[in-house]
Amino acid sequence: MDRLQGVLRYIRRNPALGAGIGILLFLILFSVIGSFITNPQDAYPLAAPASKPPSAEFIFGTDGQGRDLFAVAVAGTWLTIRIGLIAGVIGVTIGTVLGFTSAFYGGWFDIVVRWVVDVLLTVPGLLVLIVIASSLGDKAVDINGMALIIAMLAWMGPTRTIRSQVLSMRERPYVMMARLNGMSGLSIIFRELIPNLLPYLGASLVGSTNGAIFASIGLAALGLGPLRDPTLGVTIYWVMNQGAFVRGMWWWAAVPISIIVLIFVMLFLISAGLDELANPRVRRTV
Amino acid sequence: MRYPPAFVLKRLILLLMIVWTAATLNFFIPKLTPRNPLREKLLEDASRGGYIPPGFNEMVQGYEKKFGLDQPVWKQYLTYMGDMARFDLGYSISNFPKTVGELIGEAIPWTIGLLTVTTALAFLIGTLLGALIAWSRSPSWLNYLVAPLLTLSAIPFYLLALILIYFVAFQWKLLPLGGGYSFGIVPSFSAAFIFDVMKHAILPALSIILASTGGWAIGMRGMMVTVQGEDYMTFAEAKGLKPRRLFFRYAVRNALLPQVTGLALSLSFIVSGSVLVELVFGFPGIGTLLARSVGQLDYFLIYGIVFIIIVAIGVAMFIMDMIYPLLDPRISYE
Repeated sequence: MDRLQGVLRYIRRNPALGAGIGILLFLILFSVIGSFITNPQDAYPLAAPASKPPSAEFIFGTDGQGRDLFAVAVAGTWLTIRIGLIAGVIGVTIGTVLGFTSAFYGGWFDIVVRWVVDVLLTVPGLLVLIVIASSLGDKAVDINGMALIIAMLAWMGPTRTIRSQVLSMRERPYVMMARLNGMSGLSIIFRELIPNLLPYLGASLVGSTNGAIFASIGLAALGLGPLRDPTLGVTIYWVMNQGAFVRGMWWWAAVPISIIVLIFVMLFLISAGLDELANPRVRRTV
Repeated sequence: MRYPPAFVLKRLILLLMIVWTAATLNFFIPKLTPRNPLREKLLEDASRGGYIPPGFNEMVQGYEKKFGLDQPVWKQYLTYMGDMARFDLGYSISNFPKTVGELIGEAIPWTIGLLTVTTALAFLIGTLLGALIAWSRSPSWLNYLVAPLLTLSAIPFYLLALILIYFVAFQWKLLPLGGGYSFGIVPSFSAAFIFDVMKHAILPALSIILASTGGWAIGMRGMMVTVQGEDYMTFAEAKGLKPRRLFFRYAVRNALLPQVTGLALSLSFIVSGSVLVELVFGFPGIGTLLARSVGQLDYFLIYGIVFIIIVAIGVAMFIMDMIYPLLDPRISYE
C-alpha cells in the first residue's frame, strides 16, 4: 500500500508519465473489454451491412466492405500495439547487448558498431522496409513476420543510447567501488549498471516501439505487408483506397485516426515522463 | 581552422558508406526473396490477354544481359555498383520505355519544392514560437499553446493530412482534394498555372508545417529555459541591454544550435513522413511515384526512388555538418 502511495505521489509530480500511463490503461481496457463483447470475425469484410453510419447496433459504424468498425478498432488496437511491442522489445534487446559489448570491449568492435549505427540511422528506415516488404509480396508474411522485419531496423537508436550511458556510468565511483570489492564483470553489469539504466532502457523501448508503429502504419498505408488483417494501418489504406471521404463516410477514417493519435500521444507522454525520471535535474526547467 | 581535413574526410567517408549501404541493400534484398519481377510482369501481361508492349522482350533480354544473371554473384554486384555510381537506374517496368531516372526527374522538383518550403517554414515558426513561449517577458497566454503543440508533434504528418482533407477540402470545399494542378490546365509558367499549383500545395504543406512546428517549438522551449539561467544572460540584463537584443542576440542565438543539429537528425524522419503526405494528397512528387510503383510492382522504380532519396539525405546531412561549425564558433573538430 505504501509503495502504491509512493507511486501515486510520484505521478502527481510527473503528470506526463501519469497521463501516458492513463491512456495506455484506457487502450488496454478498451481492447480487453472489447474482445469480450465483439466477435473477431466482424472485423473482416462482409460481416455487417456495408457503409452504415454509427448507430445503436454498430456504434462505430461499418466500412465500405462490411466490416464492423468497432470490431476493427478492438482488433486493430491490439494488433498495432503488438507489432510495435514485438519490434520494440527485439530492438531494445539487440541494442542493449550491442551497446554494452561495444562500450565495454571498445577497440575495432566498437568502431564497427558505431559506424553501422551512424550509417543506418541516416537511412530512413521506412524506405528500406518498403524495399523489403515489396520484394516479399503480400502473401509471404503475416503480422508477426512484419514485426520481425521492422525489428531489423529498430535497434540502432537503443544501441546508441545504451552505449553512451554505459560509457559514462562505468567511470562512476560506485562502479569503481564494486570493481575494487572484487565483483565480477557480469555481476557489475547486472547489479550495478542495469538498475541505473532502467529509465533509459524504458525510454529506448518507448522510442523503438514508437518507430515500429510508425513504420508499420506507413507500410500498410502504402498497401504493403499483410492487407487481410484488420490493423489500424490497413484500415487507413482502405480509407484512402476506397475514397471514404468522397463517399462522405467520415466515421471510417475517424475510428483509426483517433486510436492512432491516442497511441502516439500516449507513447510521447510516457517517453517525456521517463525522461524526467532519468534526468530529475531538467524536471523544473522543461 | 574550421575544417580540419580529418573531419571533412570522416564525413565524406560516412556519406560514401551511406550511398554504398543503400545500393547494397537494393542489390541484395531482392536477391534474398524468391520473386522475379520481370517474370512476374510477363506472366501478368500474358494472363491479361497476351498484350506485351513492343520492345518488352528486348527489355527482359537486355536486363538479363545487363545484370549478367548467368554470372557469379560478385560479378553481378560489381556491375550493379558501377551502374549506381553513374546513377544509371535502369528502365521502369510499368512505364517502359521510360527510364527510372526520367520518371524521378519529373517528380523530384515537386517534392523538393514542397519539402524545402515546409521544412524551412516549420523550423522558423516553431523555433520562434518555442523561444517566445519560454521567454519570461512574453504574455502568459502563450503557455496555453504548449499542450496542443505537444499533441501535434506526436501525430504523424499523414494523419493530419487526412483530417485536413476531410474538413478543408471535402466539407468546406475551400481547397482542392488533391493532385498537383487542376485537370485540363497545361503546365506552363503563366500566372494562372502557378496560382493553381499553389492552391493544390497549400494543404500538403499545411499538414507538414502543422505537424512538425510542434516538435521544433518544444525543443526550442527547453533550450531557451536552460539558456535563460546562464550567467551571461544575467550579466547582459544588468548591463541594461534592450530586451529585443537580449532575446535575439543572446538567448535565441545560443539556444539555436541544438535545433540545427536536430534538423540534421530529423531529415530522414521528415522525408519518410512527407512521402506518406504526398500519397494522401496524390501530390505528383516522389512519394506518390513510390506508392504507384509499389502498386504496380515496378521494382526497378521502387529501388531507384529509395536509392535517390537516401543519397539526397546523405548529401543534405553532409552539407549541414559543414554548415554547423560556421554557426557555432565554439566547436572545434580537432
